[in-house]
Amino acid sequence: MAFDEMTTSDGGVRAPYAGIAQWLKDTPAETLKTRGKEAELLYRRGGITFAVYGDLQGEERIIPHDIVPRVLARKEWNTLAKGLEQRVRTLNRYLADIYGPGECLKAGIIPEDLVWQNPAFRPEMVGVDVPHGIYVHIAGVDVVRIDPDTFYVLEDNARTPSGVSYMLHSRDVSLRLVPELMDTHRVAPIENYPDQLLASLRSVAPRRQSSEPTVALLTPGQFNSAYYEHSFLADKMGVELVEGRDLFVRDEVVYMRTTQGPQRVDVVYRRIDDDFIDPLSFRPDSTLGVPGLFAAYKAGNVTLANAVGTGAADDKVIYSYMPDLTKFYFGEEPILKNVQTWRCRRPDELRYVLDHLSELVVKEVHGSGGYGMLVGPHATAAQIEDFRARLNANPSNYIAQPTLSLSTCPTFVESGIAPRHVDLRPFVLSGSDGIRIVPGGLTRVALREGSLVVNSSQGGGTKDTWVIE
Amino acid sequence: MLSRTADSLYWLSRYLERADYVARILGVAIRLSHLPGAGAGGANEWRSALISAGCSDAFDKIYSEANAETVMEFLAFSDKNPSSIKQCLGTARFNARSIRTALTSTMWETINGAWLDLQAMDLNSLVKRERSLFLEWVKDVSLRFDGSAYRTMLRDEGFWFSRLGTYVERADNTARILDVKYHVLLPENATVGGGLDYEQWAAVLRAVNSLTAYHWVYRDNLKPWLIAELLILKPQMPRSLISCYQTLVESLDKLAESSGRQGPAQRKAREVALKLEQSKIEKIFDVGLHEFIETFLAENNALGSAIVEQYLI
Repeated sequence: MAFDEMTTSDGGVRAPYAGIAQWLKDTPAETLKTRGKEAELLYRRGGITFAVYGDLQGEERIIPHDIVPRVLARKEWNTLAKGLEQRVRTLNRYLADIYGPGECLKAGIIPEDLVWQNPAFRPEMVGVDVPHGIYVHIAGVDVVRIDPDTFYVLEDNARTPSGVSYMLHSRDVSLRLVPELMDTHRVAPIENYPDQLLASLRSVAPRRQSSEPTVALLTPGQFNSAYYEHSFLADKMGVELVEGRDLFVRDEVVYMRTTQGPQRVDVVYRRIDDDFIDPLSFRPDSTLGVPGLFAAYKAGNVTLANAVGTGAADDKVIYSYMPDLTKFYFGEEPILKNVQTWRCRRPDELRYVLDHLSELVVKEVHGSGGYGMLVGPHATAAQIEDFRARLNANPSNYIAQPTLSLSTCPTFVESGIAPRHVDLRPFVLSGSDGIRIVPGGLTRVALREGSLVVNSSQGGGTKDTWVIE
Repeated sequence: MLSRTADSLYWLSRYLERADYVARILGVAIRLSHLPGAGAGGANEWRSALISAGCSDAFDKIYSEANAETVMEFLAFSDKNPSSIKQCLGTARFNARSIRTALTSTMWETINGAWLDLQAMDLNSLVKRERSLFLEWVKDVSLRFDGSAYRTMLRDEGFWFSRLGTYVERADNTARILDVKYHVLLPENATVGGGLDYEQWAAVLRAVNSLTAYHWVYRDNLKPWLIAELLILKPQMPRSLISCYQTLVESLDKLAESSGRQGPAQRKAREVALKLEQSKIEKIFDVGLHEFIETFLAENNALGSAIVEQYLI
């Protein structure tokens, strides 16, 4: 039995959920149903949508929103937040290390080939003086819970993590649809996230920029699956939402084309992958990027957030070394645990994985979005055999983990209120003036009974996440 | 403001205005087709609608005959005509989505709502009455967009660019609608100034909601030169060419204020406005109404290009 965050095994109610449990008892199912429909309408009218790649019909979809909030007690959150801060410090330090002195390699903490042969490693970044030494300005750390005291980090997202707009909208929806619940709980506010993001981004502007730095959000455009989020964040921060063609570089300085002529840009919050940001330095066929952007960056005239090459820190093999790296760099015990990980690149571990495929979760080292993974206990024999073949063909492309029993939260589904598995993606901001985390994060819920896959592209939904006093 | 944002606002406003216009010329064609002797002239009312919309040639590549069915399909629903109502609304929504943050939520919801409604319609199976309702719906969408822009937008660059799009397009459309009558020839045995001629002019005026205004201004029977004067030279008439140009001059001056410099677009708009102010309807008829309109359309296009060059690229 999975750990349920509301109901204990003897049928009692955990303290943080007392109010929710009472409310669920008092509210007729019809009312819940109506509110669920209203929530969908709010998203649809507002155009709060995402696109699923490879789906021609449903160009724009909405993510189902579950109106029952997920609750964390302040004390639980405080521990979690400390762990997140430590985790992100480690990510940043690791990147500064591999693109700099390489201490973790010299000390033998990380095998060299994992760094040099990592497809996300950018040799162009070696020796680049990154403004304020910060690489990962915005991190999304996926966390799961298996019992009252244990949080595991499931995945680090250090490239261009998304989902924060859903976190903010979930709160909006709660305010509109369950105001009576919000009245009886002291929920820590999250609405200041855009302000915090802007403050973080401004804090990392190139040093000689003295006056108000200009920040712009660089999007691949409206066909990107997260386009809605890009426009939402730009709007809330009050910065321009730019596409590649809106920017140009002259004498290693970045400008935007405006109706009043060129305007200098100091910080680019880019939501375009490394490969596409600059056709002169990376993929030459990219039409999304800005020619010369990387040269301007190397010249120290613009800050890119996140830095180029951060993907070298968040793949699923490097993940398995994070606890060691925390100890190595800071001499600290990791606050958040890592899920045990078999690295299939090692023959003995591969053998174990092949022998236990039906119990394990197998993931691609560079996969994301819930694509290309095998959940052993839920897989058919054919799927398992398919993965066996893939593992044998290219073992170093995979890792495996035990199937965790993710915690469940009460969720409104067809049959009424039922427990469904959830994870949590808090967003961690790193600026030159410190780390900022708004309390909570994006809770994703697997709406299908028994399913452990929470990704929106795979039938996941979202919940509002409450940190209560 | 980003040039691309200004560009999208400009075109978004133009396309919504154009959708309104296409709905209106289809309205004229429907009215004209109900008149006795319809279709008896050299070009029928459906052909005239195509010519006024400026897409007669494109139409002929796909269809062999211009009639109620084919023209309605081409101008309202076709995916092959970039200025069909459906395509106008689609393009407007595409532009709106790419610059959502520059729109107020009321504007966005108007456009997005219209687009969602359009997706839900089965356009190919509309019966006659539903078609009229559809045209009314289109005008309503355009009106709501215009109204929400006017009511809710901050009076900064974005607003003025949106106005420019609306009024460049509206001036173009007013001129074209006036030209419809030129292309609908009277049957050979009908007299100029006769009953049919009268009804045709009345249809033109109704299409731009100006029949009542005409009577208030002139207290006279419908006379072609007075109708032309109303739609070209009367500043009180909100969609007359001169009225459109006054708004264009004003909007461009606001833009010049915020950037601190006047440019070719400002000069062009003032030049056209001045010409209109100094025109007399008799002079226009001496040259020929149709010729006047052709010249005006070219000037209006030149203003459009000047705006694009000065601000949008």
